Amino acid sequence: MRFRRLRAIALKELLQIWRDPRSLMIALLMPFTQMFLLGYGVTLDLKHIPVCTFDREASQNSQSLLKHFEASSYFAIARNVRTYPELISAIDRSDCKIAIVVPPDFSERLNDTGTSSVQAILDATDDNTANIAYGYAVAIVSGYSNDVALDALGRQGGELQQIQPVAVQSRVWFNEDLDSRNFIIPGLVAVIMALVGAQLTSLTISREWERGTMELLVSTPVTPSEVMVGKLAPYLALGWIDASFCLIIATLWFGVPFRGTLFTLFATTTLFLTVVLGIGYLLSVLIRSQIGASQVALLLTMLPTTLLSGYVFPIDQMPTIIQDITYLVYSRYYVTIIKAIFLKGAGIAALAVPILFLLVYAAAVMTLAARAFRKRLD
Amino acid sequence: MTAESPIIQVDGLVKRFAAFTAVDRLSFSVNRGEIFGLVGPDGAGKTATMRMLAGVMRPDGGAIVIDGVDAVADPEGIKPHVSYMPQRFGLYEDLTVDENIRFYADLFEVPPALRRERASRLLAASGMSNFGKFRAGQLSGGMKQKLGVACALVHTPKILLLDEPTTGVDPVSRRDFWRILYGLREDGVTIVISTAYLDEAERCNRLTLLHSGRALYCDTPTELKKRMPGALIAISSMDGRAVRSAITGKPGVSQVLLVGDGVHAVVDNSDLRIPQLREAIGLAGVQVSGIAVAVPSIEDVFVALLETGQAQ
Ligand SMILES: Nc1ncnc2c1ncn2[C@@H]1O[C@H](COP(=O)(O)OP(=O)(O)O)[C@@H](O)[C@H]1O
Ligand SMILES: [Mg+2]
Repeated sequence: MRFRRLRAIALKELLQIWRDPRSLMIALLMPFTQMFLLGYGVTLDLKHIPVCTFDREASQNSQSLLKHFEASSYFAIARNVRTYPELISAIDRSDCKIAIVVPPDFSERLNDTGTSSVQAILDATDDNTANIAYGYAVAIVSGYSNDVALDALGRQGGELQQIQPVAVQSRVWFNEDLDSRNFIIPGLVAVIMALVGAQLTSLTISREWERGTMELLVSTPVTPSEVMVGKLAPYLALGWIDASFCLIIATLWFGVPFRGTLFTLFATTTLFLTVVLGIGYLLSVLIRSQIGASQVALLLTMLPTTLLSGYVFPIDQMPTIIQDITYLVYSRYYVTIIKAIFLKGAGIAALAVPILFLLVYAAAVMTLAARAFRKRLD
Repeated sequence: MTAESPIIQVDGLVKRFAAFTAVDRLSFSVNRGEIFGLVGPDGAGKTATMRMLAGVMRPDGGAIVIDGVDAVADPEGIKPHVSYMPQRFGLYEDLTVDENIRFYADLFEVPPALRRERASRLLAASGMSNFGKFRAGQLSGGMKQKLGVACALVHTPKILLLDEPTTGVDPVSRRDFWRILYGLREDGVTIVISTAYLDEAERCNRLTLLHSGRALYCDTPTELKKRMPGALIAISSMDGRAVRSAITGKPGVSQVLLVGDGVHAVVDNSDLRIPQLREAIGLAGVQVSGIAVAVPSIEDVFVALLETGQAQ
C-alpha cells in the first residue's frame, strides 16, 4: 500500500462527498432525524390514533371503559359502530387504525368471575402503528382494570386483590418513562451508525461504474486495498462526526447519562463503523448499481440492527432460536457495548468479549472486501 | 532487446462475449515511437482490443507482450508505463481540471513539483491554462478530450492508448488533437489510437484495418493503398446520381460510390475501362467535366477489400 495513492483516493472521495450536498446532508442530518424520530416518535407520531368502538353490551361498565379511550390523548374516537360489517368497512377505509369491541357479556362475566376481556381489531397494514396502538389499548384497559379493582375494594372493604379484573397480557415496551428512554437512546446510536455507514459506502464503487470512471481507475497502478482504504477513510470521519452528534443529542437533549469515557466510545464506534462501512463497500463491489447496492445495504444493516440487536426489543425475550441467530448480528455486540458505556461507564477491559467479536467481524469483512474488488471490467 | 524490436507485440488475440467473438485471432506489432492506428467501423472490436492492451480486460486467447512484459499474465506490471484513455470520458466530472490532473499524477506517484510543472505545460499546450478551476463536467467535448490527454500524460508514459478519442469531436478540435499527437511522437511516446474515421487512418505511421474482430490488413497507409484491387477512377460531374446509374453494372466495374464532386468507381483495368465508361456516360447524355485515375483513400481501399473479401 502506497500512501500517495491512498491519500489521492481519499481526497478525491472527500471532494465528491463535499460536492454532493444531498448525500452530505443525509449523512450529517441522520443523527438528528433518527434521534428525534425514533427517540420521540412514540409520543410525537402517535397521539390521537383514530379508534372505532363497537359496544355490544351498552352497559354502564362498557361505557365507562370506552370513556377511558375517549379521555386518553393517545386515541380519538372516530366512530361508534353498531354492526361488524360497519366496523370492517371503517377499518378498510382507514377511518380507524384499531377497533375496540366490547362483548355482550362483558359486565356479566366481570360480575360472575371477576375477570372479563375486550376484543381489539387492528389494521395490520401499518404494523408499527398497529403494534403501538395495541400497546396503548392494553395500557388503557389495564388502567380501567385498576379502577374496577379499586371500586370493588371500596365496595367490599376488603384487601386489594392481586388478580386484575380485566386481563392485560402485553408488556408496555413503549413506555414513555425516563428509564426506557435511557435504555433505547444509546442503542439508537448503533442504528444511526449502521444506516450512515452502509448506506454511503454502498454507493462508492457502484458510482464509479455508473459514471464510467471505473475503466480509467483500473487502468492505473492503484491497488485494490488502496482503493478500499482510501474510499472508506472519509466515511469513517463522517461516522465520527455523526457519533459526536448522537452523543450530544443523547446527553444534552434527552438527558441520557454518559458514564463512560470518550475514548472507549470512539474506539468501539470505529470498530463498529469498520464493519458496516466494509459491508457497504463489499456490496458496492458486488452489485454494480447504486440503487441496488444501497437497497441491499439497507436490508442487511438496518433490519438486523433494529430487530435483532436488542436495541429496543430485548434479546432475552426472543424465542431461543432467534436468540441464537442474534449472535451473528454484529450490531448486537455494539449495542451491548454502547449501552454499557453510556449507562454503566464500562471501559475496554469490561467489554473485552463483545469487542473481540466485533474485531473478528471487522477482520473478516475487510478481508472479503479487499479481495472482492478486481481491477477488471469483465 | 534492441531499440528496433516492437514495443507492443500482439499474437492471436481472442476475446469472446458468450458465444460472440468480438476479437478473432488478431495479431499486430507496434514499433517504438510510432502512431499506430486500429481502424474499423463500429463493432469492429477496437474497444475490446484497447481494453486488453490496457490490462483491464482478460483475453480469452493469444498473447500480448508490452515492453518485454507479458501483459496477459501480469497486467499490473505494464500499468505504470501505459496510459489509457477510454472511449467514454472517464474523468470525474464533479472534480475540477486541476483536481483531476492531480488525482492521476498521485496515482502514478509523480512528485508534486514535477506534477505542477507538467500540468501547467500540458494545459498551456492545449490552450486550457485558464480552465484549471473549472469542473470537468462543464467543459466542451473537445476540451474534455484534451483534459483526458493531459491526465494521461502527466506521468510521462511510454505508451499512450487512445480509444476513439476523436469520435464526436468537431473537425477543428480533431485537427488540434492530431497536432498534439504529432508533438508527442516527437517526444518518443508510442501511440496506439483507434478510430472509425477512415480519413484519420492516413495520419498514422502504420495501421491495422479491423472488421468483425479480424485484421483485414496491417501496414503503412501508402502500402495499404497499393493493395487496392484494380484502380479507382474519379468522374467529376454536377450530376453524380445520373453518372452512377449510367455506369453501374457495366463490365469490369465492381463498385460505384457517390462522392462530393461526382462519383468514384472501382474498375479492374483503368486503361481498358476509361474509354468504355466515357462512352456509356455519353450515351446516357450526362455532362461530366473529367474522368481520371485517382489516388484511393483508405476508405476506398477498405470498402474494396471488404467487397472482395480479401482478408489477410
Ligand atoms: N461487454 C460486452 N458484452 C457483450 N458484447 C460486447 C461487450 N463489449 C463489446 N461487445 C460486442 O463486441 C463487439 C466489438 O465491440 P467493441 O470492441 O466495442 O467495438 P468498437 O469499439 O470497434 O466499436 C461489438 O459487436 C459489441 O457489441
Ligand atoms: Mg469502441
